[in-house]
Amino acid sequence: MHLAEAAVSLELETPEMTLNIGPQHPSTHGVLRLKARIDGERIVDVQPVIGYMHRGYEKLAEVRTYPQIIALLNRIDWVSGYANEIPFVVAAERLMEIEPPPRAQYIRLILTEMARIGSHFLFMASYPLELGAASPFFFAFRERERVLDLIESVTGGRFHPNFNRIGGIKPVAGAGATQKKVVQDLPKGFYAETREAMAKVLAVCDELYDLIVGNEILFGRTKGIGVMSAELAAAYGVSGPNLRASGPEFDLRRTEDYLPYDDFDFWVPTGEAGDCYDRYIMRLHEIRVSAKLILEAIDGIPEGPIIAKVPKVIKLPKGEIYMRAENPKGEMGYYLVSEGGTGPYRFKVRTASFSNISVLPELLEGVLVPDLIAIFGSFDFVLGDVDR
Amino acid sequence: MSFGLELVIKLVVVFAIVPATALVVGYAELKLSAHMQSRVGPYYAGGRWGWAQLIADGLKFLQKEDIIPNNADRPVFSLAPVLVMISTVAVFLIIPFGSSAYAIGADLGLGIFYALAICSVGTLGVLMAGWSSGNKYSLIGALRAGGQLIAYELPMVLAVVGVVIQAGTMSMQGIVEAQIVQGWPFAFTQFVGFFLFLLAALAEMNRTPFDMPIAESELVTGYLTEYSGFRFLFFFLAEYAGIFAYSAIAATLFLGGWGFWGVTTPVAGPFIVVAKTLALSFLVIWLRWTFPRFREDQLQAIAWKWLVPLALANIAVTAVFKVVF
Repeated sequence: MHLAEAAVSLELETPEMTLNIGPQHPSTHGVLRLKARIDGERIVDVQPVIGYMHRGYEKLAEVRTYPQIIALLNRIDWVSGYANEIPFVVAAERLMEIEPPPRAQYIRLILTEMARIGSHFLFMASYPLELGAASPFFFAFRERERVLDLIESVTGGRFHPNFNRIGGIKPVAGAGATQKKVVQDLPKGFYAETREAMAKVLAVCDELYDLIVGNEILFGRTKGIGVMSAELAAAYGVSGPNLRASGPEFDLRRTEDYLPYDDFDFWVPTGEAGDCYDRYIMRLHEIRVSAKLILEAIDGIPEGPIIAKVPKVIKLPKGEIYMRAENPKGEMGYYLVSEGGTGPYRFKVRTASFSNISVLPELLEGVLVPDLIAIFGSFDFVLGDVDR
Repeated sequence: MSFGLELVIKLVVVFAIVPATALVVGYAELKLSAHMQSRVGPYYAGGRWGWAQLIADGLKFLQKEDIIPNNADRPVFSLAPVLVMISTVAVFLIIPFGSSAYAIGADLGLGIFYALAICSVGTLGVLMAGWSSGNKYSLIGALRAGGQLIAYELPMVLAVVGVVIQAGTMSMQGIVEAQIVQGWPFAFTQFVGFFLFLLAALAEMNRTPFDMPIAESELVTGYLTEYSGFRFLFFFLAEYAGIFAYSAIAATLFLGGWGFWGVTTPVAGPFIVVAKTLALSFLVIWLRWTFPRFREDQLQAIAWKWLVPLALANIAVTAVFKVVF
């Protein structure tokens, strides 16, 4: 071959093409569109296009009364609906200077941790599926159903419990206004069922751990992939397990006093590398921590009323408050501005997933298409939480 | 028997056997996945053993709308599933189901060579399907399948070379007889080859952990994305018939085919072959529901850095043993 020709073949040009991953794609967990320019299998750059799920919750909240808003909040991150209610009711209580009774706080804590287990199990189920392993999906989903059954037995709802009230938890049994005197507490047999379910949750965690650790293919697909440094995470406001996988021990359950977490001594797992594997294993540890928290909480649950004395028509005094909580997916906060009426003047929602996926374009540059799925799957976002 | 009559009988047998094997392996996949994952349908559909699940799935495919995308290359698009099917059917020609001459379509002198060659035609069908769909996911899937074919055809052929050296023939019947004369199947002496052949076969069948051409979580089932209804069913049947075909070749080459210690009745031949084949098919299905998927570059690295050198070493060692003993 002539030398000039060799040079031409060395500089063989491969055309770039645009690959639209989503909005309808099995791995985008809803309607997210990633506009990826790819060269063969290599990603040149990625542009996330969001907004397909935008439902205008902030605006909707501003034309409703405070008790009505709770029903909206469940739908923001529907995977852990219960946990979304907590920061809002706590914010309203702070402004009104009401302290919910301890029993209500404990029940809130138990259900929040159950929501966390449910949310993390969804991740434990879907992430291996994104890597091509179908069976862990069913193991994790079976346990998730068990936990949702428990939430349902208390609240009456699986996804959208709408169970919190400003000042405590839902006081009236589900049968309607005629039974106003009937105070609904935890259902019969709840403690025994919870103990049984948590034992099974811990057992299935061990099972999943055995499935994962020692599997060379899963190591090869996740170790050292999508490494996010703690600085990068902080710069984009990444929170929750995704942040902790990169090292910082940042957990609002420890720092914010919104539920009686101080009564418990619990472990906050952190990772080292900040890669997909750490983000995955982090959530497995968190399920265990939550299960143990629930078991401790039902042992030490105080007796007493479940709702404080609140006026019939709830009006918040003038003022503003930002209340944040450690939701399963990270920091979720509500900024509430009250002008003294029955509804908020301004309502701003800060969701975890929105910040968590903002960092994606930084991590996805130059990786391969299968890694792209592995990386954005490991961030465990819900599109309702991104778009609101 | 006249030539025409024999031809008709053989055609009928082939077109009965191939779908039958596909149904058996497909049903096995449903049942095994159901047992591993507590799926409901394959347990209860139809009342007992979930016997109706496969029929329900088949009917579901038949009632789907037959869609060809506007941008598709129509003739290539419709020819692709047929080509994949034909390549699978053609493999059955040289699988010996017994000692008699009627138990094999044709005992070619170059039997195993023919099998390896005709198996690759299926990948041509996959490439055609991906290219003609007019869909980027399909295109990537097809090119991955092409890359996989190039990477894994080599270790597969090299794995078979060890068997050919040891048997001294490329005829399928000859290889089975060599194992019967030897007294134990080649899996004992050619264990490296057996391992390599199974791995490479998994890759050529596009089965997990080598199912990147399909990869529903990243490529939305890759080259199959645009196929629906009956055409999809064709791919589906070809996949399961392909599992049976590859398993049968492996059973013939490495597990002694229709031979079994102490069994001399020719009637037992087909049953022995089918039992060994189904055992290997079970392995293929088991792997699928256990492992995650490799990445394409990891797959290539495994093929070129590990399997090919291993296969070459295996040939050298086999040749040395052949000369010495």
